[in-house]
Amino acid sequence: MQKKYLQWLIFIVVLLVLLLVAILVSLSAGEVKITAGKLTEIFATKDSIEYTVLTRIRFPRIVLAVAVGGALSLSGAILQGIYRNPLVEPYTLGISGGAALGVAIVMVAGIQLHNYFILPFFGFAGALVTLFLVYSLSVRRAGLSMNSMLLIGVMVSFVASSAMMFLMSLTTADNIQNIVFWVMGSLDEPNSVLIKIAFWSAVAGLIISIFFARPLNALRLGEVKARHLGIDTGTTIKLLFVLSSVLTGIAVSVAGVIGFVGLVIPHLIRLIIGNDYRVLLLGSFLGGAIFLVLSDTLARTVIAPNELPIGVITGFAGGLVFIVVLSRSGSKYKMK
Amino acid sequence: MGKFLEISEFSCGYPGHFVLNEISFGIEKGHFVGIIGPNGSGKTTLFRGISGELPTLKGKITLNGQQTQRMSLREKARNIAVVTQHIEVGNMTVEEYVIMGRIPYQKQFQFFETGEDLAITEKYMKLTGIDNLRDKNMNSLSGGEQQLAGIARALTQEPELLLLDEPTSHLDITHQVQILNLIQRLSEELSLTVLMIIHDLNLAGEYCDTLLMMQKGTLRKTGTPHEVLNYLDIEAVYDTVVITRTNPVSGKPVVFLVSEKTMKKV
Repeated sequence: MQKKYLQWLIFIVVLLVLLLVAILVSLSAGEVKITAGKLTEIFATKDSIEYTVLTRIRFPRIVLAVAVGGALSLSGAILQGIYRNPLVEPYTLGISGGAALGVAIVMVAGIQLHNYFILPFFGFAGALVTLFLVYSLSVRRAGLSMNSMLLIGVMVSFVASSAMMFLMSLTTADNIQNIVFWVMGSLDEPNSVLIKIAFWSAVAGLIISIFFARPLNALRLGEVKARHLGIDTGTTIKLLFVLSSVLTGIAVSVAGVIGFVGLVIPHLIRLIIGNDYRVLLLGSFLGGAIFLVLSDTLARTVIAPNELPIGVITGFAGGLVFIVVLSRSGSKYKMK
Repeated sequence: MGKFLEISEFSCGYPGHFVLNEISFGIEKGHFVGIIGPNGSGKTTLFRGISGELPTLKGKITLNGQQTQRMSLREKARNIAVVTQHIEVGNMTVEEYVIMGRIPYQKQFQFFETGEDLAITEKYMKLTGIDNLRDKNMNSLSGGEQQLAGIARALTQEPELLLLDEPTSHLDITHQVQILNLIQRLSEELSLTVLMIIHDLNLAGEYCDTLLMMQKGTLRKTGTPHEVLNYLDIEAVYDTVVITRTNPVSGKPVVFLVSEKTMKKV
């Protein structure tokens, strides 16, 4: 047991170092090339173009990448824990689709787009409305029915995307482009208040989730067994469901729909360090942050001066990694 | 009044579905009790009622003078441990699995296991003979080993009452006897009260101090194996022709089945 804790510690330290490296790479890569060695010098003098580029453009994006990547990955890990299904993520539950629909409605209705808070607000509202729908449709007498919840989530997701396509067929080409770009996701967020909100709520979500590590571990044995071990599974699952929805809602509302993070990262972390939620939650958060910082760096640089939608990068990278890992580990791969 | 486990006029279940009807019995501390009865007679429903999985419709269950229906989930988990028929195998090591039995004792915000948790886990892994399997994955164990791990996990809950739902089904006789010997020893040495659902009437008669015979959601008969395992009751409950004798060595009742073909010859 003590040996296990040491492994966890080493694992978390390695992830922190990797995150630091990813941040340094992301800071130095881009149209204005800045070598890592020069960073301290630039931060010391404070009055160069490079300083402005770093603090006004690159650093806020990195903070947002850490927040969004961490939140989505954490949310995926939590949802997989309460559903005991390795294929669940914010996407599968329709939460992201609902958020996208909320944003599409605002754009098509032409509500003042120059207010920075309007889009995130409607994205967040869309996510929560979807959550409420999925949740209330799947409540049964004996508590929540996990399987029906999953199916209802998938269906709600379909309905949301159909509704969005319906809206798109009614609206102008300009609006369509905006919606499509938003749906593909981007970390280009000019409003620093939103970035701060996203970052601190992601960190708060992480801290809250760690208090649920023990119940999540007990849930690995199934809901009935977890109750036999004294866990109030009904309340725990409800709270965790709300927590992961809020995390997703915030991430989607500032950065658009970025898929695969919540699915792939927790899986990789499980494969490396195991399924104990005491290390898995923090590990998933850090892993998601590293993944999104690197993905965003690629998105900014691959076809510079243009920018790729980050959803394209995460979709490619995530999907490929997932296929490789799954086909290698074969039937040995199990979650719970 | 005053038995260690006292169940009085207890009904449970969901109205409109199968319910258990006004069951009453009492069990002394440290007794090893077998619950027998055909499929659908309410054995598992009774278990789910005692563990609180099914809502109580009527009646009281007291364990060591405390009403279990009034206990919090955590309190209940420290008093009653359940080993279900299918051990839920997660992708975890045996030790990780067994130590989960300590969850009801851990504080809300406690992150690591205490030395006490580790010592108790160690003790019961040794007692059940699975300490050499500690680093094996639960998925790689045989059925018998998984049952032993399930029992070890239940014991680390340090319960007053252990509920076992058919721990020996699907096992060969070597493992059946190994597990029943272990449970008998535990109930004697730790004076642990054990309630076990068991299908095999001969094993039930050989090992248990007391038998409860269930029929259609009610309790038909309680008593020593000799009192319960008589051909009249068995034939009425199971609708099967049997002959009962006494094991010449243990003095416990033995049940023989008689086939239709043999019956015609006789």
